[in-house]
Amino acid sequence: MVTKEKAARTGNEAMAEAMRQINPDVVAAYPITPATEIVQIFSGYVADGLVDTEYVAVESEHSAMSACIGASAAGARVMTGTSSQGLMLMAEVLYIASGMRLPIVLAEVNRAISAPINIHCDHSDTMANRDAGWIQLFSENSQEAYDNMIQAVRIAEHPDVSLPTMATTDGFIISHGMEAIELISDDEVQKFVGKYQPAHPLLNVDKPITAGALDFTDYYFEHRRQIAVGMANAPKVIARIGKEFGDKFGRYYGFTESYKLDDAEVAIACLGSTAGTARVAVDNLRSRGVKAGLLKIRVFRPFPAEEIANILKNVKAIAVLDRSDGLSNFGGPVFNEIRSALYDLPSRPLVVDYIYGLGGRDIFVADIEKVYQTLSDISKSGKIGDLVQYLGVRE
Amino acid sequence: MAELLEIRWHGRGGQGAKTGALLLGETVVSTGKFMQAFPDYGPERMGAPMKAYNRISDAPITVHCGVTSPQVVVVLDPTLLGKVDVTQGLPDNGVLIINTPKSPAEIRTQLSLKGRKVYTIDANKVSTETLGRAIPNTPILGALAKVTGIVDPKTLLDDTRHKLEKKFKNKPEVIEGNLKAISRAFEEVRSE
Repeated sequence: MVTKEKAARTGNEAMAEAMRQINPDVVAAYPITPATEIVQIFSGYVADGLVDTEYVAVESEHSAMSACIGASAAGARVMTGTSSQGLMLMAEVLYIASGMRLPIVLAEVNRAISAPINIHCDHSDTMANRDAGWIQLFSENSQEAYDNMIQAVRIAEHPDVSLPTMATTDGFIISHGMEAIELISDDEVQKFVGKYQPAHPLLNVDKPITAGALDFTDYYFEHRRQIAVGMANAPKVIARIGKEFGDKFGRYYGFTESYKLDDAEVAIACLGSTAGTARVAVDNLRSRGVKAGLLKIRVFRPFPAEEIANILKNVKAIAVLDRSDGLSNFGGPVFNEIRSALYDLPSRPLVVDYIYGLGGRDIFVADIEKVYQTLSDISKSGKIGDLVQYLGVRE
Repeated sequence: MAELLEIRWHGRGGQGAKTGALLLGETVVSTGKFMQAFPDYGPERMGAPMKAYNRISDAPITVHCGVTSPQVVVVLDPTLLGKVDVTQGLPDNGVLIINTPKSPAEIRTQLSLKGRKVYTIDANKVSTETLGRAIPNTPILGALAKVTGIVDPKTLLDDTRHKLEKKFKNKPEVIEGNLKAISRAFEEVRSE
């Protein structure tokens, strides 16, 4: 029987606690609202001697990720945390981390991108870096933030994957919201993550390697292809680790989570904290006889296209809630990928997109119920109306 | 207790409304209930009006939006009355707990309040006399426990002692002061 301790933790505290229990070799970080607390709390653990980590305080997020890359290439288990503009400043080096196949774990707090300056939640920062070759795990609440951080280490470091991984929470809503969570004991976390065995550490002088080399037309394509292979291998690993985590600690994790979808005629798909609010909307609608369901996407990279198509194949009308706007004049990123995933179905559900919650604009149960109402109309009439709409904006 | 109890805290930046909500949340978790505690962040300025919230339930809480119609409103700073609409969304049977030397009747007149139940506690006086400083959130927690029954007085005292013993090992007077502040609030909170 595993030890379970019920505790009150904000998302940031939960992520910092997971980092303490993982006890990485190196953390290099630069503070940014609303992620600051994660590395601030962790630096306290370093100062108090509760971890063996070498903490590198740097002068920017670009430097933070660069230091992480150096340490990871050397063979260390490496973690950091950031948000918003911080992730954007890291962007250049995020690609280098994945290109060098370095299993760095990043605690990312979803926050809007300037301009205008805004410190609140949306998914623009994470979505802007969705093609960076990082695995992306979204968390609905503090518990999932904690659990995702622990699993992220195993996923990233798996030799078949060897890709950096970010676990995200929704800024302020989860990062600063306190909830009751179950903690795992330090020992059990240590046992679960195990000891990191880097395949090609730079510091192994017996087997010298070159890291960060130049590829011309001769090898660049092959090396980029290998990253795609790592990403293609990730689903099996993510599934296995999610199951192992569940077997050990009682909370199972997959790529998506279905809520009352079995007989659903209308469904919403979304990521992060909104899934919790949507669950209440589904319950309300079910009590009124509406066959509503919810699909929460936990893993956005790699994108679980086949699973999503399989789950949603019998739904009549779907609304995707996008907490970022691709500004493509063709809907947000989650919408585009889900709609594409459904293309090969023999009979395709109708799909619409709602861009919502930018810059922390709150989304209430009633807002989500209205979306379901529209979906019921779409399902009856067979007409979608506007393909992309903006939910909760003043126009 | 209602299926889902929602509380809104009004205070000024730096007064401890967020801390009050978090402390209440921690205590509630220790009783095995589910809870959320979160601030309403605007620009963070010392002295500016701010809000914090609690949700408390016997069942897991999944909703992650703001609280719009709380059953209980706590006002840490009486100078907010008249400047901030502390009764917004508070239903007719809702509860107002206000840190003020005034009586509930005086507050009812001041706010031209219809319906709701008003409780007052001079939390500044209690905390000044027990802790040496005006830190209203500790006595307010006592008043909140007494009025709403979210946690029983003994649980609140035991949990507070447990929490403070970790933090103030070498300052027993801080622990005793806080416990006394809570106990006095149980006695001194005034109802209509």
